[in-house]
Amino acid sequence: MSLTTKVGGATIDYVDKRTGILGPAKANFRKLFPDHWSFMLGEIVLYSFIVLLLTGTYLTFFFKPSMAEVVYNGSYVPLKGIEMSEAYASTLHISFDVRGGLLIRQIHHWAALFFVAAMIVHMFRVFFTGAFRRPRELNWVVGGIMLMIGLLEGFAGYSLPDDLLSGVGVRIVSGIVEAIPIVGTYLMFFIWGGEFPGTDFIPRLFIVHVLLFPAILLALVGVHLVLIFYLKHTQYPGRGRTEDNVVGYPLFPIYTAKAGGFFFIVFGLITLVSAVVTINPVWAYGPYVPDQVTADSQPDWYIGFLDGMLRAFPNWEWILFGHTWSWNVFIPGLVMPGILFTALALYPFFESWITGDKREHHILDRPRNAPVRTGIGVMAITFFGIATINGANDLLAVGFHLSINQITWFTRIGLFVAPPLAFVATHRLCIGLQRRDRDKLLHGRETGRILRLPHGEFIEVHEPITDTEKAVILSHPQRRPLPMPAKTDENGVRTPRYRWRWIQAKLSSFWYRDSVETPSAAEIEAAEEHMRHGIGSEHEHRGDFEISHHEIGESETVEALTSRSEED
Amino acid sequence: MSTDLTPGSPGNLPATTGTADGAGREQPLYPLAPHQLRLTDTDPRAAKRAERQVATMFGLSALLIVAFVVAYVMVQTDQYLDLGNIGKFQLSNVLLGLTFGGAVFLIGAGAIHWAKKLMADEEMVDYRHPAATDDETRASLLEDFNDGLAESGFAQRRMVRRTLIGALALFPVPLVVLLRDLGPLPGTSLRETIWKAGERIVTDVTLRPIRPSDIPVGGLVNASPGSLEEVQHAEGNMNERAKAVIILVRMTPEQIKSQQGEGWDYNGILAFSKICTHVGCPIALYQHVTHHLLCPCHQSTFDLSDSGNVVFGPANRRLPQLPITVDDAGYLVASSDFHEPVGPSFWERG
Ligand code: HEM
Ligand code: FES
Repeated sequence: MSLTTKVGGATIDYVDKRTGILGPAKANFRKLFPDHWSFMLGEIVLYSFIVLLLTGTYLTFFFKPSMAEVVYNGSYVPLKGIEMSEAYASTLHISFDVRGGLLIRQIHHWAALFFVAAMIVHMFRVFFTGAFRRPRELNWVVGGIMLMIGLLEGFAGYSLPDDLLSGVGVRIVSGIVEAIPIVGTYLMFFIWGGEFPGTDFIPRLFIVHVLLFPAILLALVGVHLVLIFYLKHTQYPGRGRTEDNVVGYPLFPIYTAKAGGFFFIVFGLITLVSAVVTINPVWAYGPYVPDQVTADSQPDWYIGFLDGMLRAFPNWEWILFGHTWSWNVFIPGLVMPGILFTALALYPFFESWITGDKREHHILDRPRNAPVRTGIGVMAITFFGIATINGANDLLAVGFHLSINQITWFTRIGLFVAPPLAFVATHRLCIGLQRRDRDKLLHGRETGRILRLPHGEFIEVHEPITDTEKAVILSHPQRRPLPMPAKTDENGVRTPRYRWRWIQAKLSSFWYRDSVETPSAAEIEAAEEHMRHGIGSEHEHRGDFEISHHEIGESETVEALTSRSEED
Repeated sequence: MSTDLTPGSPGNLPATTGTADGAGREQPLYPLAPHQLRLTDTDPRAAKRAERQVATMFGLSALLIVAFVVAYVMVQTDQYLDLGNIGKFQLSNVLLGLTFGGAVFLIGAGAIHWAKKLMADEEMVDYRHPAATDDETRASLLEDFNDGLAESGFAQRRMVRRTLIGALALFPVPLVVLLRDLGPLPGTSLRETIWKAGERIVTDVTLRPIRPSDIPVGGLVNASPGSLEEVQHAEGNMNERAKAVIILVRMTPEQIKSQQGEGWDYNGILAFSKICTHVGCPIALYQHVTHHLLCPCHQSTFDLSDSGNVVFGPANRRLPQLPITVDDAGYLVASSDFHEPVGPSFWERG
């Protein structure tokens, strides 16, 4: 018996002799993956995608992507005898006449919601921890494209059943396409095969939803995973962890069991939810007819921000040289999403340009140590939150007895004012946390134990923090802003691209503004010495610290900034 | 690697906090915490208990699959579970979902419990490698590339190169041209509806012609052209419906502040397109006191007593008005088509 037969049995031996698969298998079999709950977010995305592929395939066996009118004669009594498209009729058929059909539909829809939600949370995890920094920028870009396609894919699926609710959404999209300058009308006629609604749209959308987008997504998921394997996963700071190593558990057996098991957990949870919580009861909406609408039409939640922007945008429209520029639709419907997604995809390059940091990073940042980045993230969340809330402004108006007018103005102003406020608040919070870290290093943790000193004063006893905490806090290397470029060099030659580099340096000093200095090893040593001295000197030490903290936290940075700006 | 300052980087980055060992590997400031044993590592009884728990989950999972098959065979889709206020559920959906979902979940829970309690759980350390290919390989690849380039003559044979680029640039053209027949050109279709002089106005569901006396002051009627059903069946689509639907409202003549054309009402009955000029939703909500018509999609609001002008919301254009009158039999009819395109704006609209 050869060695490989012992390892993998006769089949694997057979396959390996024809493919050499065991070489790559060996390389990855015991690959280490760091452990953290937030690393499971990406797994949720992957597993719900697999659930979508499985259930979607099942649905294609029963769904009829056709807009031909038929008279419904299935077992859902309230709609008997009503004219509707075959697409809608077949969705009813799946729901009421195929055993388990409703369950598969529900699993498919719930999985889509899990998929998008997990994708967004996963993205924010990657963002706030700086996991997108070199060498992982390209994987961030791949992720951004997947997010965009994922949203479109979800919208496409939602529109397939041709029910009244989704049909109104499609009508809105057709109106957005028509608003594109110059080519809009033609595009809309090509996509819809003529005027809205026509009879071509559902069959075309179907092939996009079940073939085109899933194929692209699958390919991108593949790239995403290969890159994760090749570059190895990042890890959070902690004892024993460096930029050079990876500390974790092996793929086989720990992650085979944990990640494999987690797939079943995700699949199981989605199925359990689908068993008891009805989602998208299309039968209650009725078939789509272009002259009807349900009272509070709402898209799936992840499209809400687009709808909210469409609702909030002022009604600007120009007629120039006999042509219509529908800014009121074109900007919120296409330009703003376009800008947002482009900015999202390019963010890693922007950040490394500002910080001048082009090194590889494998230890994750703590959000507090990158206050500007963290602020930008919270700013984005605030913006999307407000836009999404405005997507339900009619429901809010009814619920809170406000007028739509008030909510719209609140949104219009809020979209500009709230994100910067969120930025400032987050930035300050981060700086505060940085101070507290420094405080803990030099001064220990507050124990809550109060002592009375011989001369009558009360102090709180402090206790040194653990090595684990120290390792985490000290993992953050201190960096400085880029220097201001000189206008000319020693020989009076103008610095190339001076303006550009000046902007870069300005942004860079903004990036590091107010950052708290990590104490040097000597400072920590001295502080620990103090703490060991016991209670008597504790008090003195406290005084020392207050001063040094002040110097470094505030005045030094300010000085540093002013001295730099004098240079230019 | 961690101290690699890429050329052009202005050197604002200090070395990381650790120190390097002999092999140039960064050493952690604090070593890995010592491994903690679990109860299941030290107490064989605890380990046995964990093993039983895992096996129970796997076993239950198998039982639930059996239950699933039973439910599939026994329960039909027309059986419902009525929970009063909570709702009415399709029994088969609930049973199939709970059994299948439970079975799948238990496989996962069992596997994870097994990994956590029984599999070795000591953290291991491995080293990273830089993402880039090493210099030697890069150099030899570049050499290969240059050799190949030279062998192809791509650099020297300008004529071949240029014609090839030209040919490749044109190669996608057919792929684009072939998309042309995806749809007809717009032509004037967006400017026309099937309304014409004398076209009967009928109610939208019951398709009855309407007499002026059928509409009280303050009332609203959803209506469409009398020939719509016929046209729709002949064309096999709902395109005409999507443009032609209207609403009729009636106010006293004094309440009408303005309209889009002189005498387009009939005794205070006004006809407006039902399709929102923002992005095309059908408009539904009418407040007969203010004569405001509100679009449910993005809340554009139109004042029907004042030429259908926009009073609020993202829509820019007024709702087109349809001039109406009555025919010899006393039924409401259109006196012409709309005088401006209905529905969302488009480039050529002007
Ligand atoms: C990757 C992300 C995907 C997302 C986000 C997604 C989302 C959706 C959504 C929200 C619906 C509406 C379902 C309902 O209301 O019941 C839907 C329907 C559908 N999806 Fe997907 N889907 C995805 C992938 C797939 C794949 C890969 C296939 C097929 C291979 C597929 C096939 C279908 C079919 C046939 C329908 C219509 C069935 C019906 O509602 O009766 N989907 N999808
Ligand atoms: S479609 Fe009517 S307001 Fe947008």
